[in-house]
Amino acid sequence: MGAEQSAELKETIRSSHLDRNFPKEVMKHHGGEKLFLCYQCGSCAGGCPVGRLTTDYNPRQIVRLASLGLKDNVLKSNSLWFCTACFTCTDRCPQGLEVASIIRVIRNMAAEQGIVPQVFKELGSSILETGLAYKIPELRLKKREEQKLPPMPTTDTKAVDKLLEATGFPKLIKGQPVKEA
Amino acid sequence: MVELRYAFFLGCTIPYRVTSYEVSARKVAAKLGIELVEMNDFNCCGLPIDPVSHEAMLVLAARNLCLAEQQNLNITTLCTGCAITLRKVNRMLKENKELREIINRRLKEVGMEFKGTIEVKHFAHVLAEDYGTENIKQHVKKPLAQLQVSEHAGCHFLRPMEYTGFDHPEDPTLLKGLIEATGAKYLDYMDKTNCCGFTVIAIDDKISLSLTGSKLGNMQDVGAEAVVTVCPSCFLMFDVQQPRIERAFGKTFSIPVVHYTQLLGLAMGMSAHELELDTHRVAATSLLSKIG
Repeated sequence: MGAEQSAELKETIRSSHLDRNFPKEVMKHHGGEKLFLCYQCGSCAGGCPVGRLTTDYNPRQIVRLASLGLKDNVLKSNSLWFCTACFTCTDRCPQGLEVASIIRVIRNMAAEQGIVPQVFKELGSSILETGLAYKIPELRLKKREEQKLPPMPTTDTKAVDKLLEATGFPKLIKGQPVKEA
Repeated sequence: MVELRYAFFLGCTIPYRVTSYEVSARKVAAKLGIELVEMNDFNCCGLPIDPVSHEAMLVLAARNLCLAEQQNLNITTLCTGCAITLRKVNRMLKENKELREIINRRLKEVGMEFKGTIEVKHFAHVLAEDYGTENIKQHVKKPLAQLQVSEHAGCHFLRPMEYTGFDHPEDPTLLKGLIEATGAKYLDYMDKTNCCGFTVIAIDDKISLSLTGSKLGNMQDVGAEAVVTVCPSCFLMFDVQQPRIERAFGKTFSIPVVHYTQLLGLAMGMSAHELELDTHRVAATSLLSKIG
């Protein structure tokens, strides 16, 4: 995949590197609409709890690279997955960008190209199998009786799977690209 | 007064790993007269897979909302992640006609329809707003005046502000009010509203451990004898991961982590054992000896 840790640019930007369609794609998604309103003030980066710990992750930079159309830099950087979705950036943005949602839109686009971290494959396959994000061990279910807790409901997984199937989710979490790079 | 009867959305993390939260919440709710009605057939709220598919998150959340609509009950949940997800999607579908039509076309395939007839609130939000902090005080039999505690409300309890809406994310007061209702002394600390980092522990555990570790350090600096949480995921970071964080940072914190429902239960006269406080990783011994 040639993944880089950080989305940071290591060379001069050439216009031939830019995919002008990419920001337009981001803006078509719910939460990504205001991408072009960013004036790079850095409120998002300043308040980012992860950005405080590592220079590899910087929401301001991801927004800038995305609006320039440096698609591969953002889609293929490992640090794209460092966002904790705490929404501090979204709440503090003076331009009203939903910064955390832009990160989510870009992650979704990476997933469509087959870039899906292992943890989401596990959570996803558990949801398809049981309806819940974690498979609750038999021992736990038995312990509920001792704790006088009501039994866990059994989810109609057929209905859940049917809903998820229509979104292309089962394919996504296998890491199969659903859109061309 | 608001009808105190709710569809109880359990979520996945609590039955999987944090049943002390469920046990204590059910006991406290029963004593306060808040009825929690089981939601049969619920599925994951959708939040964990939002990073890979927003659309899949939407259908999962919408299906849960439809189940509660069929029960004709507002939803309450103990998990901040479930609360914000269901609350947000509920409002999105109520306000965005185009999105509602898309989701309803999908739901029709499984014989469901989103109608927009219910509301979603975190259980702490229910306690403060529907039940009322003043009414809670009436049930406090054993004020915890000897204790000084800090809060970690959790990001999804406070943010994004547009969808939580009931508290200020930079200077929250809701959980503070609930804690003070138990008689305990509330301690502020640096970076109180910062994230615990749970959501990225499987991506880069150093980030998560550092985030929680830094908060534990700040709580220790102000002399917190416990940290009060209202989220199962934050609880896992502060309690279950605490020994690992201590090893990684070469520090000793030994700060017990208490679900708000346990703190309230103690103040209402329930025992630590009843509230399963004795099942946590970090022993609450010193805390309990203080309140006697």
